[in-house]
Amino acid sequence: MTYDYTNRTCYAKAEEVAKMKLAHKVLKEASFTPSLPQRGYNERTLYINLSDLTVSEKPVTQQMKEIFIGGRGFGLWQLWQAVKPTTRWNDPENELIISPGPLAGNTQYPGSGKSIVVTLSPLTDIPIDSNVGGFFGPLLKFSGFDALEIQGKADRDVVIFIDGVEGKIQIEEAPQEPLDSHIAAEVFTHEYAKDEKDLQNVSVISAGSAADHTFIGCLNFSWYDVRRKAARLKQAGRGGTGTVFRDKRIKAIVVRGPRARADSNHPADLDLMAKTGIKLHKEIRDGDEKQCKMHKQGTAHLVEVMDAYDLLPVNNFQYGKHPETPKIASYEWEKRFTIGIPDGCWYGCSMSCCKGADEFKVLSGPYKGHLNTVDGPEYENAAGLGSNCGIFDKDWILESNFYCDVYGIDTISFGTLCAFVMECYERGILNKERTGGLELNFGNAEAQMELMHQMARGEGFGLIAGKGVARMKKHFVEKGWGDPELLADIGMEVKGLEFSQYMSKESLAQQGGFALANKGPQHDEAWLIFMDMVNNHIPTFEDKAEALHYFPLFRTWFGLNGLCKLPWNDIEPADNAKTSEPAKVPEHVQNYCDIYAGITGKELTKEGLILMSEAVYNFQRIFNIRMGKGRRQDDLPPYRAVGPVTREEYESRAERYDKQLKEKVGIDPEGKPLEEKMRLLRKHREDQYQKLVDAVYKRRGWTKEGVPTMETIKKFKLDFPEVLALVEPLLAKATYFE
Amino acid sequence: MKVLRIDLKKCDGTQACMTECARALFKSEDVAFSSIVVVRENGKSVATLCDQCGECISVCPTQALYRSKIGTVMLKKDLCTGCFMCIGFCTKGAMLRVSKGLVPFKCISCGKCVDACPNGALSLEQVDHENLPA
Ligand code: SF4
Ligand code: SF4
Repeated sequence: MTYDYTNRTCYAKAEEVAKMKLAHKVLKEASFTPSLPQRGYNERTLYINLSDLTVSEKPVTQQMKEIFIGGRGFGLWQLWQAVKPTTRWNDPENELIISPGPLAGNTQYPGSGKSIVVTLSPLTDIPIDSNVGGFFGPLLKFSGFDALEIQGKADRDVVIFIDGVEGKIQIEEAPQEPLDSHIAAEVFTHEYAKDEKDLQNVSVISAGSAADHTFIGCLNFSWYDVRRKAARLKQAGRGGTGTVFRDKRIKAIVVRGPRARADSNHPADLDLMAKTGIKLHKEIRDGDEKQCKMHKQGTAHLVEVMDAYDLLPVNNFQYGKHPETPKIASYEWEKRFTIGIPDGCWYGCSMSCCKGADEFKVLSGPYKGHLNTVDGPEYENAAGLGSNCGIFDKDWILESNFYCDVYGIDTISFGTLCAFVMECYERGILNKERTGGLELNFGNAEAQMELMHQMARGEGFGLIAGKGVARMKKHFVEKGWGDPELLADIGMEVKGLEFSQYMSKESLAQQGGFALANKGPQHDEAWLIFMDMVNNHIPTFEDKAEALHYFPLFRTWFGLNGLCKLPWNDIEPADNAKTSEPAKVPEHVQNYCDIYAGITGKELTKEGLILMSEAVYNFQRIFNIRMGKGRRQDDLPPYRAVGPVTREEYESRAERYDKQLKEKVGIDPEGKPLEEKMRLLRKHREDQYQKLVDAVYKRRGWTKEGVPTMETIKKFKLDFPEVLALVEPLLAKATYFE
Repeated sequence: MKVLRIDLKKCDGTQACMTECARALFKSEDVAFSSIVVVRENGKSVATLCDQCGECISVCPTQALYRSKIGTVMLKKDLCTGCFMCIGFCTKGAMLRVSKGLVPFKCISCGKCVDACPNGALSLEQVDHENLPA
């Protein structure tokens, strides 16, 4: 069956768009001189305070560029200066910072259109950084700003419009446009584009109605798809960025920039950029079909791979595979996606992973019966909304994916919290009375959707669930629902953030990858499962610690520069396996050094690249400590991420666990009661985790409590007076590694 | 549409076609600006020609590449964003770029090279393009 990719419900009829625009009232107007970056930087950022409607420019200092680079680094630095240790997500001084990074917006190297959103998260109370595609970041840069910093709160719903062609910034009251992103992005794009040709030069940031009522609100960044003639969406998903956005009463941020050109960044060496980019385009052309099939399946190709290795989360991370997985496997999605048109979230991304399922007829809720293009589902959505909730129905996964995006909900947190709720329901911790009538058994897709609709309407059990797993656990305990220990074991969050969708039970390194991650358990810091569990390439604690040093830092670098991770290792050079360290994809690391030099004109070595990240990574750790998290006790995973919590889990893989008891713990399981075996295995695994933490802290140059040592702080020039005041008392009573 | 063909047996590698193409497209005497490439390898001519297949149209994110009414694949420079995906994805290597170039360039089947070839090695063939990407 083929789908017509231009056929969808129209939300941007010219007369209606004009009417909505007419209802805007300009609250503030400011002008600026548009500029293009030189060697990747504009040397200024834009500051907007919504409480008093201040609009001003701030210089980018040499120190900012040297230590913080851009993107996530700039965001963390600006946020650090804006908040106090007592600041929480909904205080007016909390900021929302959007920064693309010096390499962002180049059109030659695949995956170069990312922005990084930084704010204090409502889920974690520490900084969250979320890497997102769409055209906003590059267009902001080509308007003249290296970051957009928003503080304060508006007293009514507003739209912020940055016109990088006319040099104008407007804060407008926007009373009529709907909040939900599929409509908002479409309408605002048409409101602010000058004409049809200009549509690709406009990008909209919006959230959705559920961001008003939950802590898991996400942001949608749009990019205009000329073939589909639609505003497509990419999400800054994690950590509640959309919640902060709506708390500031922002309905949309719109940027209109000049058309991006090959040299819009004024790169130091355009020929080097072109050469490096074309080399990768060719690799993707020749290798994608054999490797990841991004062109046909996006990231959904992972579903059956994860299932095969017992890594696909099923029923709240209890199990790693399911007989019904074939129903949501990549070849099924491939039938649903439109293939053969460019699906890159920025120009030049030949990975083209943003698959669209066209002509999807919405099954429930306020848009029932509408025809839409659903972006994705990406692997995380198929696993989180699907298998982890026991749902193996493609159409319902498309449905929940669609609504997550348009309501402004993080699919990963939603999937994980819904899975938790379902397990609580199955175990009697919740029941129909406690959920207000929702029968939240595993596999009940309609109940899952109703839970989501409640979040958007701000009612019922949706309000409780929408606060995330950590707060639900607390709430259930306070109500006397369920055993607190069990709740702690099965609630899949660390630091307040829900886990992303991979099973880490059999990979100690990945347990660290999740629980030690600065922002909370998100795989974009480290994904070591294959290296560790499948290929056994990092057997010792030191090996794992080295991997947990290198990979999080290497991946941090993408966020500093405005890049996507996928083109690094979702495509590999044909001879990669023959290199000495295939997991690092050495040739691609060299490409990154080359494009960094190509744009900024500064030479970069592979070692230098890691050092750049290390400074920012340590700074973020210190920031966490400042906000009250970020020490050893905050780096602990729930036991579900480490081993079998329940009898059923143990029994389902009894052979594996018995063998481990025998071979790794040196205990003969023969004749031992199940409870005893579970206890022994747990003790072993928890010990192993603690040993891993020691090895990692040591490698990272931290104390046993997880605080960066003075040596580390000085090495990266992070010895700002405020940092010293914070860490000196902690270091005075710290325990150091030999 | 018209597609450029070469009879390699007749080609002696004088590159008269390239000189003429560079002049026609860029008013340049430098053969690096030619959209047809003919080189000699081990005493034989090897040619890179665009056959107007339109694969590049499918990868272009801005629709800067399009098929003209008479079937030739053309570039609207004002829409081109310089991503060079068309260069990377062209299996014939016929989409080209010169040093410092902001946009790629390609053969537009104009036929100037056909007239310029002293050996009559080049010709334009009329081919049906109905089922090719547009
Ligand atoms: S790989 Fe996908 S997400 Fe990454 S930049 Fe390309 S299109 Fe965007
Ligand atoms: S370089 Fe220009 S013509 Fe070629 S694919 Fe990119 S935008 Fe299209």
